[in-house]
Amino acid sequence: MSAALHNADRPNSYIGRSVTRPNALRLLAGKGRYVTDIKLPRMLHAAFLRSPYAHANITSIDISEAKALKGVHLVATGEDLAKLCKPWVGTLDHFRGMKSAPQLPLAVGKVVWAGQAIVAVVAETRAIAEDALNLIQVEFEELEPVADIDLAREPDATRIYPELGDNVAFKLTVESGDVAAAFAKADGEIEATIISGRHTAVTMEPRAIVADYNAPEEALTVYHATQTPYQFQDLFSRLYGIRESRVRVIAPDIGGSFGMKLHVYHEDMSVVGLSMLCGRPVKYVADRLESFVSDIHARDHRVKASIAFDKEGTILGMKVDDVTAIGPFSTAPRTSVVEGNQVVRLIGAPYRFRDYRADLSVVFQNKVQTSQYRAVGHPVACLVTESMMDRVAQQLGMDPFEIRRRNIVTQDMYPYTSPAGYKFERLSHEACLEKLHKLMDYDRLRAEQKTLREKGIHRGIGIGMFVEITNPSPAFYGVGGARISSQDGAVLKVTPAGEVQCLISVGEHGQGTETIIGQIVAEHLGVERELVRVITGDTDVTPQGGANWACRGAGIGGETALQASKKLKANILSVAAAILQSKPELLDLRNGNIVDAAEGTERLPLSEVARISYYRSDTLPPGTSPQLTAAHHYSPQGYPFAFTNGVQACHVEVDVETGFTKILNVWVVEDCGRIINPMLVEEQVRGGVVQGLGAAFFEECRYSETGQLENGSLADYLVPMACEMPDIKIDHVETPTEDTELGAKGCGEAGTAAASAAALNAVNDAIAPFGASVSQVPMTPQRLLTALGHGSSSSQKR
Amino acid sequence: MSERVPVSMIVNGEEVERFVEPRTTLGDFLRTDLELTGTHLGCEMGVCGACLVLVNGKAVHSCLMLAVAAEGESIQTVEGLSESKEIADIQRAFHNRNALQCGFCTPGVLVTAHEILKQEGPLSREEIRDGLSGNYCRCTGYEAIVDAIEAVLQERAAKGDSAELAA
Repeated sequence: MSAALHNADRPNSYIGRSVTRPNALRLLAGKGRYVTDIKLPRMLHAAFLRSPYAHANITSIDISEAKALKGVHLVATGEDLAKLCKPWVGTLDHFRGMKSAPQLPLAVGKVVWAGQAIVAVVAETRAIAEDALNLIQVEFEELEPVADIDLAREPDATRIYPELGDNVAFKLTVESGDVAAAFAKADGEIEATIISGRHTAVTMEPRAIVADYNAPEEALTVYHATQTPYQFQDLFSRLYGIRESRVRVIAPDIGGSFGMKLHVYHEDMSVVGLSMLCGRPVKYVADRLESFVSDIHARDHRVKASIAFDKEGTILGMKVDDVTAIGPFSTAPRTSVVEGNQVVRLIGAPYRFRDYRADLSVVFQNKVQTSQYRAVGHPVACLVTESMMDRVAQQLGMDPFEIRRRNIVTQDMYPYTSPAGYKFERLSHEACLEKLHKLMDYDRLRAEQKTLREKGIHRGIGIGMFVEITNPSPAFYGVGGARISSQDGAVLKVTPAGEVQCLISVGEHGQGTETIIGQIVAEHLGVERELVRVITGDTDVTPQGGANWACRGAGIGGETALQASKKLKANILSVAAAILQSKPELLDLRNGNIVDAAEGTERLPLSEVARISYYRSDTLPPGTSPQLTAAHHYSPQGYPFAFTNGVQACHVEVDVETGFTKILNVWVVEDCGRIINPMLVEEQVRGGVVQGLGAAFFEECRYSETGQLENGSLADYLVPMACEMPDIKIDHVETPTEDTELGAKGCGEAGTAAASAAALNAVNDAIAPFGASVSQVPMTPQRLLTALGHGSSSSQKR
Repeated sequence: MSERVPVSMIVNGEEVERFVEPRTTLGDFLRTDLELTGTHLGCEMGVCGACLVLVNGKAVHSCLMLAVAAEGESIQTVEGLSESKEIADIQRAFHNRNALQCGFCTPGVLVTAHEILKQEGPLSREEIRDGLSGNYCRCTGYEAIVDAIEAVLQERAAKGDSAELAA
């Protein structure tokens, strides 16, 4: 009896291998085709006049001079586009009681944030369109801006939308067990307020769109830098009243997305209407200054947290009150309340305490709209949970690893439902924690820290555990009435030369979707990877699906590709059996050849099956019907989400004189289930960690009291640079989900989830000897100096 | 809008002559007039490095230079550097190490990598990171880029050694 072949020994065993990305070659040669690069015949360019005020009534608009400028084709106001485009509202039914005002492409009557688009100009060139903006006269009547989460909730606060009653978009209470009893019996209790700054995605390619309305066919083609072409096919169709089958959305190469490129933006909706009005293609690319005042922002949470524990370090319960600042309305179609919802549901997720109460208030502000950005809510939940864990450990004189070991949900407890209602199939906290301890050589680091402290060098070590939401089922959006698909589709076809094309609804934005789908198809079909061409991102070409959000590409898209491959393989073997006068179950496909399943003897190349099927079907036995194209749709079944987990550690050195922090090392141990391509998983984690470190030390959209964004340029809003970032060591634990044959879960947000928490804990560990601590990110030098007693306490909030 | 003026320069080894508005940046000129869209504009204020091209062999932010200021100069973009195979080993190392994700910053990063690798002598990872700090990348977290440049450095050093041995 022969032992089962190890996966890596089988032919075409690509799953689990670090193969390179075929599409990266095009990008490396400068041959990428981003929306920014697209030029269509007779294409015009749009530019937008924006509000200088955060809150004002528009009393008059004079566009006459702008219209007269040579090269200008159209000047459109909010009223012009409101005649074509229906309003949209960013609410979902499963967030009970949430409210938000209807939105239109351009401002009508009043403006609600500084940067809101008021008038659109369409011209021969972008430069002419911008010249024309200078000729437009708009008069405003200023209103009191709502720019503070506490003032916004005062009974006499100015209402951004008086018809909504107040400035609170949504309130939620999550309660489990008896939190009052837990606190009553505790040996200790700690309270802290943790603040996360407001961030934005800063994709290197700004938002970009080309809309091409074809009036004779009543058809619309949109080249759109988006993660979710199908979602926009639905939105453009419904809001502009164009038949869905005639709306084509193409997402070519995308220059970064991170969750930012799947929301409804006013300029994007405008451009569709502008093309309809001009009868010509219209292009709009946000410049970087526009990006800062129109791309969604995220985070901006203030969480008051209390934790109860006994003297052994067992956590007994937690109470949290999260107040989060969104924009003047809730963003469509995913809302601006998902982040807060995830913050209050993910707090405490790695740990086993049962008594929990969370209150959430989502507050409207006259600021840029907020919505989902990479790791939605996770970083805030991790900051709160992990910093509270460290506070308890510090008070008890316990090691940070030890307090976590005592409180994590352990292997014997799965399947496990968290106090906030999340169902975990199986996580691997113990294994990850122990692997991290070893990977970072923890005991040596602690010894080194002690020695260096005696020399006046202040290093700190911080740990952050995380649980990540991936592979969402319809429970995420569908149940709330959102027309956002949680399933994906794949069409696989054999070409006459015996090669394979895979058209799939999950998209490619640099994370490597096309590569991993190619690996899965090649392995499960039994052909060389080079023969598989993966095609994504075109609603006229690729089957309907959810595309890219919430780390679903590998888990859901991958399973779709796997099942489609099996279906196509069965079809191929059925034709081959007819040709060979054999039975399908006696045959297999390996390395692109039909072989005897038992012996592996080559019988017929796949190219021959394809040639006969397509060109000489007359030679096939009667009744043979070759189906060399197979379609398959897959939607998650079983658990509503495939949760992943992991733990990160951060090692820093704080200069206590200047407040500058040097990040020395980061280590991550993560468990995303079955790993399809280790190199790509690790690169997702690294990129994610660096965005989390940006949040920890640099990134913050700073607003004035009048609702003006004060640092809205790439010179002022700091993103991490190469010289500031450390090398990041990564290790894995693999706990495949049993909900799918593939077993993969997501990994794109794992890095971002706990990076800021680990960094915060590391900095607090470094400055602990001074009796100092910080509880706000980004941890700017000024904030650190204030914490160390060098600055005025009034600057702590800034 | 102002009168167009003639401008001529060598781009990727070919002489080009066009009429442009004086306010046109070199970056816009390359992308729009010459359809060399490999050069990307990320911030248009000389911060992000996506628009870097070589002007007479030196890296320049094409978003900060006017096309008319490049009169008579020799410009190399990622397209030219690819076709001439000057950076073929760098591109190969980037591919092998996956030192790019979305690829939008990559043409500028390649120009910087090309400059870094022209320096004499060995370079530490810190020095490579320092050299890369004018290029923003939002996807990779930079480590893979540093690894790829380090790999080329070693490969070129090994080639240099073997060339010396052969000589």
